Order: sequence, then C-alpha cells, then structure tokens
Amino acid sequence: MKLIFDVGRYVLFMRNMFSKPERLKVYIQRTFDEMVAIGIGSLPIVAIISFFVGAVTTVQTAYQLVSGFIAKSVIGTVVSDSTLLELAPTITCLVLAGKVGSHIASEIGTMKVSEQVDALEVMGINSAGYLALPKIVAGLFMIPCLIIIANFLGIGGGLIAGKYSGILTPEQFIIGARDTFKFYTVFISLVKATVFSFLITSISSFEGYYTSGGALEVGEASTRAVVRSCVMILVFDFLIAKVLL
Amino acid sequence: MIELVNVNKSFNGKQVLFDINAIFHKGKTNLVIGASGGGKSVMLKCMVGLFKPDSGQILYDNRDFVNLSYEEVRGIRREIGMLFQGTALFDSLSVEDNIGFPLKMFSKMSAEERLDRVNFCLKRVNLENVNKKFPSELSGGMKKRVGIARAIALPINYLFCDEPNSGLDPLTARVIDNLLHDITHEFNITTIINSHDMKTVYDIGENIVFMHQGRVFWEGPKEEIRAGRSDKPELDRFIHASFIE
Ligand SMILES: Nc1ncnc2c1ncn2[C@@H]1O[C@H](COP(=O)(O)OP(=O)(O)O)[C@@H](O)[C@H]1O
Ligand SMILES: [Mg+2]
Repeated sequence: MKLIFDVGRYVLFMRNMFSKPERLKVYIQRTFDEMVAIGIGSLPIVAIISFFVGAVTTVQTAYQLVSGFIAKSVIGTVVSDSTLLELAPTITCLVLAGKVGSHIASEIGTMKVSEQVDALEVMGINSAGYLALPKIVAGLFMIPCLIIIANFLGIGGGLIAGKYSGILTPEQFIIGARDTFKFYTVFISLVKATVFSFLITSISSFEGYYTSGGALEVGEASTRAVVRSCVMILVFDFLIAKVLL
Repeated sequence: MIELVNVNKSFNGKQVLFDINAIFHKGKTNLVIGASGGGKSVMLKCMVGLFKPDSGQILYDNRDFVNLSYEEVRGIRREIGMLFQGTALFDSLSVEDNIGFPLKMFSKMSAEERLDRVNFCLKRVNLENVNKKFPSELSGGMKKRVGIARAIALPINYLFCDEPNSGLDPLTARVIDNLLHDITHEFNITTIINSHDMKTVYDIGENIVFMHQGRVFWEGPKEEIRAGRSDKPELDRFIHASFIE
C-alpha cells in the first residue's frame, strides 16, 4: 500500500518538476554547477573501482579457464564484454547511488526541514523544479561520461593485470577483445548508464524533497534514497538486459 | 489589506483552524498572538499558500488566493516577503547572494544594480560588511536581519514574520521589532507578525488578533488590551502569564 502511494507521489513529483522555469539562465548555471559536482567529484572513485574490477575479472576468468584447449585471448573477450555490458555501468552506478544519491537526498532534505524549500515556494519559485531538475539533467550528461571512462579503465585494468600477473600478453588480450566486439554492446552500456543516472538523481531528489522532521529524518531519507536507487538499478538492469539482448 | 473569511484547516482529520475570520490592515503591524500550538504558524502558512485551507477565502486586496490558478498564485507571491522562524536562509549562498536571489529570479536588474539593491537592503537592516559571509557564520540576530533584508529585496506589498524574535536576547528582540515596525510604515505594506511576546504587542502592535486553540478569540487595537477591556478570560490569562509579579 505504502509502495503504491510512494510511486504515485514520485510520478506527481516528476510532473510538478516540469513547469516553466522562472529564469532559464539561473537553471542553466545551476546545471553546470551540478555537472561539476557530480562529474568531477565522482571521477576518482569511479576510476579506482572500474580499474580494479577489470583487473580482478581478468585474474578470476583466468582461474576459471584452466583448460589448455581454450585460447588465452578468450580472457580478453570475456573481460571486455562483461565490463561493457555489466561491470562498468552497473557497479559504477551502484557506487554512484551511494555517493551522489546520498548527497542529493541529504542536501534537499536539509533544505526541506530547515524551511528553505518553503522559502523558495513563498517566493513563487517551483521548488521541485529548481532543486531537482538541474541535478537530473546534470546526471544525464555526466554519468554516461563517467561510464565511458569506466569502460576504458575497466578494460585497461584487465589488460594490465593480465600482463603483470603473466596470464596473457596485451596483444592476446586485444585480439580477444576485438574478436567479438560489437558496437551494440557499447550502446547497451550507454542505455544502462542513462537509465541508471535518471533513477539515481530522480529517486534521491524525491526522497530528499519529501523529508519532514529533523536531522534524524534527513539521515533516514538519505539511506532510503541509496537503498531504493540500488534496488531500482538492479530491476532495470534486468529489464534492459531482457529487452535489448 | 488581507482578509480571512471562514478559514478551516485540518490535518488527517484533526482540525487545527476553526472558522477563522480576521482582517490585516495595510501600513500597520498586525500581530497574531496566542500560546504555542494555537495554530498561528498554520494560519500563516495557509495565508502564503504553503498549506491549502479545507474551506474559506483568503483575500489579498480582494483577490481570492485560494481559488487562483498556480500561475496567478505565483504572481501574488512575488508581492510577498516572508521571514521564517528559523530564517530559512539558503546555507549554500553568501549573505549577498541570499538577498540578491529573489532579484536574480524575478527582476531584470544587472549585476551592479542588484548589488546596489542588496547593499541598500543590508543598510536598511543595519548590517554592513557581511556581504561575503555565509549564514553559518552569523549570529541569530544577524540571521534574522538578513532574512528581513531578503524579504524586502523585491518591492513587496505583504510581509509575513513567524516568531521573528524567538530565540533572541531581549535587546536584539526589541531591535528586530522596531525594524519590522519601521519598515512597515516606510514601505506602507501589510505586515503580519506571529508572536507570543507581550512586549512586542505593547511596543509595536497596531492591530492585534488573539488566537487560542485554533480560534480567533479577540481582535482589536492594543490600547484596548492595555485598558483591560478585552472581556475574554483566555486573553486576560495569556496577558497575565507574561508578567512576573
Ligand atoms: N504539518 C502538520 N501536520 C499535522 N499537524 C500539524 C502540522 N503543522 C501543525 N500541526 C498542528 O497544528 C497545531 C497548531 O500548530 P502551530 O500552528 O504550529 O501552533 P503555533 O504556531 O501557534 O505555536 C498543533 O497542534 C500542531 O500539532
Ligand atoms: Mg509557530
């Protein structure tokens, strides 16, 4: 029951957001600020995680493929495909749900409980649009960019791990990666990145916006934002895979 | 002038405002007094549209605020300034940007014109050299003053203040009271102040509305309260409780 209520409120929140902006210039400026915060701010963690996930995948794939009948280059195929399809977009976005999502929810939640959101409304500003829209648009631009970087670093991490642990040479890795490479895989990677970024920013904004109470509730809203974003990312991960593959 | 006609408001079946009728005059400091929990804040929030009354009319110079379209409501809101109980300053913006915010959103002023206006408003509330400070660096009284400066940044017709001197020392409380009184007369606006401070009533009250348990019990000029002519035991008790015998 509560869930249906929340979904309805989420849909209304989304609809309210899209009314005529009071001052387009201010919205655009805010969007750029958010792009810097989301994009540049998340770059280090995204880089570290994708590199190591790629490296680990190489080592573990090699461990599983003990048979001498299979060419070493298959490891390159497996690592690059699974990075593009699943590891880079999904794992990165789960991490971003924690980092970006909790930040958005606590920022908007704090503004809500300290009446800053009311102050915006009384001034005649559409607070939902003013607060959430720049974050959502910024996420739609920046998170796919982060995923592209994660794709490169993940595959790079796999290649380097293969080289330095003596599993396969970079040449073998690249042959394998190229062997089955399809642009469609990259396309799916970006579709996932786009959908996940919308889920993270919109769900977190929503949770922040409907906070009421005090500091404790802001913390709860922030936790709920992360949990719900993660669950929805996994649900849509499955749906996208089912529909597009 | 703002007029409330038979305004009712309840939350989840619990009625908070009962058939409120009241008139707030232009160019006067209108005070809403009464014990905590009496419904003063709820009434104020109904008047600025943060809550929607269940029934009744709220007339801004004969424009019925409750039944206007969202666009028209936003139009009236541009004539409204509000000082929130916790000031609701935007903590991500400097003092200068807080006061300049409504100007940036709703006026066509250039950056220099905005700065002039911001400095004029700061001067009006007797603050100087705080332009670049952030709300977290200000004292309670300074925050209230910045809140007032933000409220009067645009040429407003209506000013709402929720407990403007709660949490302040007695001296600062008087300063804020006098500031609100002077601004009201200087700009000839309709000012409505929620308070439970009898000192405020005697100092600056010009039209008093006494609320008790969600009802308006008494309405009139302060001279009648002073003369003990209220003929309402609830009001007399409230007044007596304010004095240390
Ligand atoms: N958002 C809300 N939801 C439910 N009840 C509320 C809400 N806001 C205020 N109330 C109730 O309305 C009553 C009046 O509160 P309030 O207007 O804040 O009193 P005052 O400002 O006079 O101290 C209180 O009983 C309070 O519990
Ligand atoms: Mg109150």
